Amino acid sequence: MTTETIRWTRKDLLGIAELSPAEIELLLDTAESFSEVGERPIKKVPTLRGKTVINLFFEASTRTRSSFEIAEKRLSADNLNFSTSGSALEKGESLIDTALNLQAMAPDLVVIRHGSPGVPHMLARRIGAGIINAGDGAHEHPTQALLDAFTIRRHKKRLAGLRVAIIGDIEHSRVVRSNIHLLTKMGATVVVGGPRTLMPVDIEKLGVEVAYTLDDAIRGADVVMMLRIQLERQGRMSFPSVKEYFRLFGLSRERLRIAKDDVIVMHPGPMNRGVEIASDVADGSDSVILEQVTHGVSVRMAVLYLLSGVTSEES
Amino acid sequence: MPSLLIHGGRIVDPSQDLDGPNDLLIEDGAVARIGGKIQKPKGAETIDAKGLVVTPGLIDIHVHLREPGQEYKETVRTGTMAASAGGFTAVACMANTVPVNDNRSITEHILLEAQRAGFARVYPIGAISKGMQGQELAEIGEMVAAGAAAVSDDGLPVMNAELMRRALLYAQHYGIPVIQHAEDLTLTGKGVMHEGEWSTRLGLIGIPGSAEDVMVARDLILTEDSGGRYHVAHLSTARSLDLVRLGRSRGLRVTCEVTPHHLVLTDEEVAKTGFSTYCKMKPPLRSERDREALVQGLVDGTVDCIASDHAPHHRDEKDVEFDKAPFGILGLETTLSLCLDRFVHAGILSLPRLVELLSTGPARVLGIPGGTLKEGSPADVSIFDLDGEVTIVAAGFRSKSRNTPFDGWTLRGRPVATVVGGRRVEL
Repeated sequence: MTTETIRWTRKDLLGIAELSPAEIELLLDTAESFSEVGERPIKKVPTLRGKTVINLFFEASTRTRSSFEIAEKRLSADNLNFSTSGSALEKGESLIDTALNLQAMAPDLVVIRHGSPGVPHMLARRIGAGIINAGDGAHEHPTQALLDAFTIRRHKKRLAGLRVAIIGDIEHSRVVRSNIHLLTKMGATVVVGGPRTLMPVDIEKLGVEVAYTLDDAIRGADVVMMLRIQLERQGRMSFPSVKEYFRLFGLSRERLRIAKDDVIVMHPGPMNRGVEIASDVADGSDSVILEQVTHGVSVRMAVLYLLSGVTSEES
Repeated sequence: MPSLLIHGGRIVDPSQDLDGPNDLLIEDGAVARIGGKIQKPKGAETIDAKGLVVTPGLIDIHVHLREPGQEYKETVRTGTMAASAGGFTAVACMANTVPVNDNRSITEHILLEAQRAGFARVYPIGAISKGMQGQELAEIGEMVAAGAAAVSDDGLPVMNAELMRRALLYAQHYGIPVIQHAEDLTLTGKGVMHEGEWSTRLGLIGIPGSAEDVMVARDLILTEDSGGRYHVAHLSTARSLDLVRLGRSRGLRVTCEVTPHHLVLTDEEVAKTGFSTYCKMKPPLRSERDREALVQGLVDGTVDCIASDHAPHHRDEKDVEFDKAPFGILGLETTLSLCLDRFVHAGILSLPRLVELLSTGPARVLGIPGGTLKEGSPADVSIFDLDGEVTIVAAGFRSKSRNTPFDGWTLRGRPVATVVGGRRVEL
């Protein structure tokens, strides 16, 4: 780890693609210092007292939204959940108008999840509050990649030199894109694996290896990350059936043996047991899936803290 | 109408291999004399073109004037003003109005509005199919009788191969080309940008180049069998260009146009601009490899003309999520400057070749008058400053809309004036 200290200067966290390795390290190190808060009997610090955070979720999300909410509460921020059902958006208001109205309430930070790539970037240009991308379509999900990296670092003590296999629906996954950017920037080797029908074109140009069998993808891997398969893609043009998918790319205890002995298995959730991952793996000793969720709170506290403009000297 | 003498300019007219200092005398709306120094006739008006380039009027054979039906985006009046401001004396407007220009009365309405405005000649393009539904042929003969110059369902492809075959057969009665928006919609799916490295990086759904290529290949086969006259609108891929070459080598009557934005920008622009919806159009901005191939097509003669696909949209329509924004950008007021700067000043095209692509070529594709300053031809003239620098300011456009990715670009070369039918157009 570098000892060089840098200051966080970005108003927004839109993606991992634009971050430097030093910025990523700063985020992870800051998360490390917040993780202890979650172990206290009184899980609260006054760091963001008086700051307002709006959670603006245009897509259903339980895990990510809850994680942000808990992170905000543990930092003593005032938070508000704005979800789309029953809102002005259903009455035909444009996204920009919604955003400008929220801005008029002067929040400090807006956490946004939206199905269209680029929406956080659009808002960041238009409103003064700091924008945190909590997932924009199949583009990026930066806090997920950060919590994944945090979890890997906890177990492997490093990121550089590791071999990380990411398996599943690569084409539609924002998690995979953010993870590719983060892990390759930090010196890890990323292998993506999945059916050719779910592999986006030119993915190798993002600096990854591509494998079209599960064995090729996870052979010698330090980390195996399974992605959720959206069941609604079954029977369309992506794969004929769940049964066939599991036979080709489902992770079982048996098939995991080809990875390193000390492999860890991850999943961003929510899981489809028996589709992309067998229960004996998901619940097995190699699985760190629930740790990911725990670390998600620390990572999001770090992001909220750094973006809120509270510098480390002041704290 | 008084005579008009345009003197002191450099006349570039590829239709008669002319490039040099010449005067041009216009009488009764037609070219009366061209060449050398011409004495000003008594009572004639004059345009001093010293230091300027004088060419046959520029023609944009692919624009959307949005009238009737979407006058909040553009009208025949504002669209032809934009044309004139951009150096064009004629445009051909696509049929995807509301209602669709699939019958004589809409064609006549457009022509009447064009006449009232008087800024540029307008050649309506009729729909191939009724309501652009892709089911049955529109009244092509009626529209041609009213003044339509070609047929196209542009905005949508003719997906039905049998209908396309019929259109290629039937249009031959009127000697007009069938213009295809070549896109296999089943391959496009919900795509919003070119499928490639950048769609993968940005997580946007891709439109593969094959969506265009498959359609061009199909149509060329139908053109061969029908003996028809086929024109590819806004051709955007290297492979489609190769297919056009193949078609020509087999003796087919096939032509194609390319837009300035496909010649200047690539799919990476979507990322560079942070998902700007002004980079969203159909066909999408393609790869650098495609872009280079298109430029090569300008040089080697495969491309017949440059056409802007001027597609006005209201700001509110474009100021939305990238996924949701309508396809299309403006072109009339940026085409000439972009082409002069990027191709002529960059040493890629000679000035006569560019004039061919913007005037003589388009006239030939549609079989319409213009594209030449030969004595006796209609006196449609464009005058531009080859070296004058211009900064594109969308807020100052004559068009009603502002959706251009070129706002703020500084370019070398700018339009100065147009003459339509012997009359200098005053904006």
